[in-house]
Amino acid sequence: MSDPVLNTAANTTLTQSDIPAVRVASPESYPIAVFTGFLDWFGNLGIFSWQVLRAGVTPPYELRELIRQLDDVGSKSLPLVALAGAAIGTVLSMEVRSSMTRFGATSMLPSAVVYSVIQEMGPIITGLVVSGRVGAGIGAELASMKVTEQIDAIEASAVNPYRLLAATRILACILMLPLLTIAGDACGVLMGWVAQTLVQPISFHQFIDAGFRGSTLKDFLPPTFKTAVFGLIIGLIASFQGMRTRGGAEGVGRAATNSVVLASLFVILADVVLVKLILVIFS
Amino acid sequence: MATTQDIAINQATAEPADGAPAVAVEDLCKSFGGFNVLRGITLRVGRGETLAVLGRSGTGKSVLLRLIIGLESPDSGSILIRGQDTAGLTLDGMGEIRKKMGFLFQSAALYDSLTIAENVAFPLDHHRKDMSRSERSDKVDALLTEVGLPSAHQKMPSDISGGMKKRVGLARALALDPEILLLDEPTAGLDPISSGEIDELVLKLQREHQMASIVVTHDLHSAKTIANRLALLDQGKVAIEGSFEDLQQSDIAFVKEFLKQS
Repeated sequence: MSDPVLNTAANTTLTQSDIPAVRVASPESYPIAVFTGFLDWFGNLGIFSWQVLRAGVTPPYELRELIRQLDDVGSKSLPLVALAGAAIGTVLSMEVRSSMTRFGATSMLPSAVVYSVIQEMGPIITGLVVSGRVGAGIGAELASMKVTEQIDAIEASAVNPYRLLAATRILACILMLPLLTIAGDACGVLMGWVAQTLVQPISFHQFIDAGFRGSTLKDFLPPTFKTAVFGLIIGLIASFQGMRTRGGAEGVGRAATNSVVLASLFVILADVVLVKLILVIFS
Repeated sequence: MATTQDIAINQATAEPADGAPAVAVEDLCKSFGGFNVLRGITLRVGRGETLAVLGRSGTGKSVLLRLIIGLESPDSGSILIRGQDTAGLTLDGMGEIRKKMGFLFQSAALYDSLTIAENVAFPLDHHRKDMSRSERSDKVDALLTEVGLPSAHQKMPSDISGGMKKRVGLARALALDPEILLLDEPTAGLDPISSGEIDELVLKLQREHQMASIVVTHDLHSAKTIANRLALLDQGKVAIEGSFEDLQQSDIAFVKEFLKQS
């Protein structure tokens, strides 16, 4: 019925004077309080993930909301991701050219740009850009719905908010991140070529041919599809932070900030693990 | 105002055919952060009956409604909806029970990204897939007309007044033709004229739909107008339950003080 993640005392009519004074932790017990808070957060995230998974895999499926979220996460993030990818491609081309010229290896420049963009820079930049735009959006939207009792109203209407709000957003992030990464990679490679050809003219066909020479799909597919994990992290953390918010406008702001900070942090940490996994599995 | 005879008739017809009251709350306790908000509440509401729950701010009136609809879990005690215990139900299991209930939030809690018509259609879109789009649209028209807002379909919640929001919230609560209606402060924050209109609307809906209703309010005038029975909460317990005349004749100091200040 009621669950520990969604249901807090935030929306009751209790006044501050009704609540017993909060005990302030002594300096000695502060590390313990931080540690238990850390465990509490992960515990609640685990319960939340289970609720979302259980709601998401059982009918009825919220296809209309999923399509709306795919549009919101995907097409509305595309310009930002494309711009970030283009900037990264340009900068990489300029920086790599400088280094390659020093070692007399300018012919390696297309490969260096293509590999750098597709294997690492494109996925991580896309993850961070989306965690900023979409993470903040999901966190703030759900937090606002929480503090204005809209999530309670959804639940009171016999609609599962985990299914309608969280599962759709998380799935949209999982599906859209790889596609956005491909778009960001394409813009990065294109602008890498533009930056190269402005200094030393080369046809796009030649640039691509040199860039992808000797490579196979396993060089490019795992780094691209690892961003589905970034999508899971962004959607899950932002939905979790939003749906457990307490306390008015301040709570909404805090949820949006925490969504971005935590999602970005976990995307970077996940990248470290995933890169190692990909190297172990595919080398 | 209902007479004692009216109340006797209502209480006699309060039990549905299967014998179980629409809502039965037994020895309900709930605390937040060590503070006991409800300390053993027992109440019963039958079909066609309206119970008004009164009390000072912070005495747990809204918490009681949130417990009944399953938005909070009780620490102890039981809640039976038409004889079915809600304890231990999953979110989807509770959802089946919630389909029989309508809930009007104190803030109306309209979905701010949806139009008024979409707000009212929300429960229908999710639970009445057997209805065609035009049937759902007709139902929304009928509900908005019933609450006196026949031409507000395309407005956004931010564009309408507090009283209109309450009406829309009521229309949404009625969308699935509930057997039980829970109203949290339906007249709070409204001017006397709007409050009177909401009261009349609630009375009209009760006459036409014969729902069991629980109305949480601190507005004694509104409670007298719309309820058959009143329950006054004090320090997490029911201080007195009965007709308005019962409350007037009570010797309990808190009841006297509450009536004097209202």
